[in-house]
Amino acid sequence: MNQKKAVRMNSNTILLLITIGLFIVMYAAGCIVYGSKGFSNTQTFMNILINNAGLICISCGMTCVMLTAGIDISVGSLVALDCMVLATGMQKGHGAIAMMLFVLVIGLLIGAFQGYCIGYLEIQPFIVTMAGMFFCRGMTAVVCREQVSITEDMNKLFYQMANLKFKLPFGGYYNKKGVYMAPYVRLGVIIALIVLVLVFLMLRYTRFGRSLYAIGGSEQSAAMMGLNVKKVKMQAYMLSSFLCSIGGICYCLNTMSGSVQQAQGLEMDAISSAVIGGTLLTGGVGNVIGTLFGVLINGTISSIVKTNGKLASSWPNILTAILLFLFIVIQSIFAIARSRKKA
Amino acid sequence: MEENVVLSARGISMTFPGVKALDHVDFTLRKGEIHALMGENGAGKSTLIKCLTGINDFEEGEIHIDGIEGPVKNHSTREAQEKGISTVYQEVNLCPNLSVAENLFIGREPLTKLKTIDRKEMVRRAEKLMKDLEIDVDVTSNLENYSLAIQQLVAIARAVDMKCKVLILDEPTSSLDDSEVEKLFGLMRRLKTEGTGIIFVTHFLEQVYAVCDRITVLRNGKLVGEYKIEDLPKVKLVAAMMGKDLEGLDQITVNSLDATKAPMEIRARGLGHTGTVKPFDLDIHQGEVVGVAGLLGSGRSELARVIYGADRKTSGSIKVQDKEADIKSPIDAMNRGMGMLPDDRKAEGIIGDLSIRENIILALQARRGMNRKLSREEQNEITDRYIDLLAIKCASRETPVKQLSGGNQQKVILARWLATDPDFLILDEPTRGIDIGTKTEIQKLISDLAKQGKSVLFISSEIEEMLRVSNRMVIMRDGEKVGELDKDLTQKHVMETIAGGEKE
Repeated sequence: MNQKKAVRMNSNTILLLITIGLFIVMYAAGCIVYGSKGFSNTQTFMNILINNAGLICISCGMTCVMLTAGIDISVGSLVALDCMVLATGMQKGHGAIAMMLFVLVIGLLIGAFQGYCIGYLEIQPFIVTMAGMFFCRGMTAVVCREQVSITEDMNKLFYQMANLKFKLPFGGYYNKKGVYMAPYVRLGVIIALIVLVLVFLMLRYTRFGRSLYAIGGSEQSAAMMGLNVKKVKMQAYMLSSFLCSIGGICYCLNTMSGSVQQAQGLEMDAISSAVIGGTLLTGGVGNVIGTLFGVLINGTISSIVKTNGKLASSWPNILTAILLFLFIVIQSIFAIARSRKKA
Repeated sequence: MEENVVLSARGISMTFPGVKALDHVDFTLRKGEIHALMGENGAGKSTLIKCLTGINDFEEGEIHIDGIEGPVKNHSTREAQEKGISTVYQEVNLCPNLSVAENLFIGREPLTKLKTIDRKEMVRRAEKLMKDLEIDVDVTSNLENYSLAIQQLVAIARAVDMKCKVLILDEPTSSLDDSEVEKLFGLMRRLKTEGTGIIFVTHFLEQVYAVCDRITVLRNGKLVGEYKIEDLPKVKLVAAMMGKDLEGLDQITVNSLDATKAPMEIRARGLGHTGTVKPFDLDIHQGEVVGVAGLLGSGRSELARVIYGADRKTSGSIKVQDKEADIKSPIDAMNRGMGMLPDDRKAEGIIGDLSIRENIILALQARRGMNRKLSREEQNEITDRYIDLLAIKCASRETPVKQLSGGNQQKVILARWLATDPDFLILDEPTRGIDIGTKTEIQKLISDLAKQGKSVLFISSEIEEMLRVSNRMVIMRDGEKVGELDKDLTQKHVMETIAGGEKE
């Protein structure tokens, strides 16, 4: 029995441990090499969270969809649409709360449509969400072609929300003038962490969450065991787009603007974060804790490259590519080892 | 309804395009009974089961379930489950990436007050269930960590725990070894004492006799009959499945072609292909016709495929005309003078859009190589000869083959191989789906080939026709060569060997 427990550790937990270990090693390396440039400050880590708050929400949604062996590549464009709608809405004088709710509704509607096509009409998720991707990007330009910035005059509440600082009771330091600098996070980080915890609990403790795993494990079996596969799939895409819109709001709180060119390729960041975090593209394996560390690894890479200052901005891409490749190879080795064991 | 009946199906009919899959079939399952559903492939077993579980939408007839008023018609597996019919299929329908406990309870997990899954309770109940059924597993471990057999038992446990009245086991034993099968049987017997009705589909005859109480036999979508196990010995079961009456079988006399002690054409030693045919020895002399008999799926076609190189051998060796032959693919076999008429002609033989001439010339041209093209005159001459010889009914030699009837298409392919002038010809079901007259012609042709000194391996579902032309018969059962008969070649004897050597 003990041996069987060990096998279980191998297949799922080790990937997660590798991801967490890799993050710690990278971050520690950054601290050692760039400590003099302030990398070892607690705030550096908080900045990674602040910069990637939106991505955390989006990646959580992506993880849910990928668990069903699907994919949602519309999220980047949906973030751009969300930001643009928020910015132009507030430019026209609508309230911040109303606009945020409106954006969430947009997310749900687009998710429902995509989910219906994928679940009930059984169209390939890649094609459906690719259409969604073009649609959202196009609609962004329809709303406004120019870049729209959100200023304090436009919407005071939103401006305040964006500038909220949540000071942390630890990890501060005294600067040269002897003033205590407490590390802080912004509203987006709080939202992202709440989303993360809720999705984690949902995946583990609800029927819907377990159904996502079951469908990814074997769609036919899930149907044979009496699960409503079509409905669950539709709900998964609705969840993805909904979380993406929450992420869009977080993203907008960071950038304070809407633009057609915004959030290009963000869907790929979300996918790579999920994969580095141990989610299998073939479905059925993964969880959002891994995804969080996937996001953090991506953030750490960018942060290190930025702190160095001399490296070209293309380096994060190259490093992410290497990591992604590494993780896929490790996953395959595990999969092959498992099937060998069976045979 | 009769006393003690849990499920009764009356007059079930179902048509697939062009085929009457079920023709007014009756089926009755009683409480606490293990009931075997038997028949050759295509007899309608799976179709009937799918009618019961709501996958197939039958056209006529009624299904009654104990405790439910009026006829029942299921529209999905889920609906059938709710009415107490659980099914375990040959391939395990569970999720390998979830824990054993989750697989047992998914879709019906115990919930806490907050409507979230009560994992502790689920694990507790799963452990109890596994303990009850004496299955030794860690229920929190993923299903994929266990053998296929354990997975199969988990699937059955899930069905059992759903308080089903009717448990359908559709070939559950094909991936199990003997001790695992025994475990499954123990479980089945236990359920039986608890009053569950079990429908058991298998192609292993021994297992039927080991565990079942009753047998219902289907053939060609029709009900042959329902028997108590003690009234139907194996030989009679085989006869019922294959549609032969035992009366008067002894009167069929065997054609006495001279058993040639001529040189050896094929000598196979330990030849086998993992997963389809267990290693076998086979000698075929020149001028000899060897029949291969066995139920469908017994490995008779697979035996031929290994010899021909269509399935690459995984063990053993083969000698062709006393020369060691390393046959890796059909072209190697062809170059050594073999020809094979495959049993799935639509998929493996006939090219419908080409003319009769082109279809006949194909193999000969392939063997000669593309550089030595046959002249048109030669082609015409060969084609005309075989159209004449085999009496192929057609408008002209340039008629596309797809316009011909099935029997004539058959002859075209046969002609293709005859044209290559093979020393050794494998014929897999050469007479299937053609009328009696043509059958006799083909049988005669086989005899003629043998007289010319060619060797033939003849596979057919019809034992009678093999008896008529074969010198020897090889008997296959469950992927294994179980016997070779040369003297005392009677239908009864052959059937007894197929059934496993049981005498009446």
